[in-house]
Amino acid sequence: MSLWEYANPVKFMKTSGFLLPWVVGLAAITLVSGLVWGYLFVPAAENFGGSVKVIYVHVPAAMMAINIWGMMLVTSLIWLIRRHHVSALAAKAAAPIGAVMTLIALITGAVWGQPMWGTWWEWDPRLTSFLILFLFYLGYIALWAAVENPDTAADLTSVLALVGAVFAALSRYAANFWNQGLHQGATLSLDKEQHIADVYWFPLLLCLAGFVLFFIALVLVRTRTEIRNRRLGALQQRERMA
Amino acid sequence: MIALLIRDLRLAVRAGGGFGLGLAFFLIVVTLVPFGVGPQGDILARIAPGILWLGALLACLLSLDRIFALDFEDGSLDLLATAPMPLEGVVAMKAFAHWLTTGLPLVIAAPVFGILLHLPASAQSWLVISLLLGTPALSVLGTFGAALTVGLKRGGLLLSLLVLPFYVPTLIFGAELIRRGAQGMATEIPLLMLAGITAATVALIPFASAAAIRVNLR
Repeated sequence: MSLWEYANPVKFMKTSGFLLPWVVGLAAITLVSGLVWGYLFVPAAENFGGSVKVIYVHVPAAMMAINIWGMMLVTSLIWLIRRHHVSALAAKAAAPIGAVMTLIALITGAVWGQPMWGTWWEWDPRLTSFLILFLFYLGYIALWAAVENPDTAADLTSVLALVGAVFAALSRYAANFWNQGLHQGATLSLDKEQHIADVYWFPLLLCLAGFVLFFIALVLVRTRTEIRNRRLGALQQRERMA
Repeated sequence: MIALLIRDLRLAVRAGGGFGLGLAFFLIVVTLVPFGVGPQGDILARIAPGILWLGALLACLLSLDRIFALDFEDGSLDLLATAPMPLEGVVAMKAFAHWLTTGLPLVIAAPVFGILLHLPASAQSWLVISLLLGTPALSVLGTFGAALTVGLKRGGLLLSLLVLPFYVPTLIFGAELIRRGAQGMATEIPLLMLAGITAATVALIPFASAAAIRVNLR
């Protein structure tokens, strides 16, 4: 029993088909309860007013936007090294979700920035680097769409994901240097003291978990679609040859 | 390698204005800017570093799709890939030839364009240094984008979408270097960062480009 068994599409389809309803159910429960708790039962914070509630979407979406590229980086590496098709297809499936998460973070950020900073958009390092990240996602998706041979596309996009990860991080630090920001520093961290009161923290934690589960469910669905699509293509080709 | 470099340079010059085209484009950008923002000298001087860098970036982008496309079409890229020279070396030489035909002319001509945009005299040397350090990175990253899109029929627009985000760090530090130089502030950090980015891209990106070309030739 090893992790690599799931590189077999048949095995992957079977296991993911079994897991999918559970993941979807869990995602729905955590997301709904986290959002309801956050939006309806949390007191308005001083200095922030009601607008604080946007964090229950903004923070998880932003976190996912970065981590989805990280996931694509890992799956691309697995594809390049071990040539497992499921891995490449999972990266392909994750990219549009990542792009949408980036967009959600940018839009909710704008909605939050308007009352807090008095502006929809500011050329702040965090905002700017998210915009650049969004461009990287667009380029990645466009490259997948442009190359016809699926294996060639998987190879090229994997290289792009690797180099892009380095440059997305580099752009982040370059942007930091370029302009002082309005955006607050990191509030949540694993090793330092929390700067957030428990009232806000627990629903946020639920929302974070909900977004992660939601993402897993979406990736499973999309990867399964890609695998079926690939099978369909193979069948059609066989028919044409016969 | 030298032979390849000379071949590429000769092709660029003979195939219709390899040297001149980028420069002419640069000149047009610099000419159009005052029409867009107004002829006031102080505004122009303030935005000059950014305009000059953006011009260099776009001029570089214009000639990118030609780096590999012609060789790919007539089959010489296959020959180069099977030649005893490592493909990484071929890619690096291609990038160098591209820089010699687009980057270097811009670096040499930049002070003239700086004068057109009222860039203060104190910033002129920084302008040259910043372009000299930064444009090689533009060419090398450009070859990476060109290598990714070499097999595509209409790769031009996709190429810009892929390559331009990679130019962000170079652009930031390059323009910041001139800005700081013009105001007499400390220039060490952007200078070192710009040089570091260029050194790292020149050293590492040819490997990624060569990998992409191998995939596309498969």
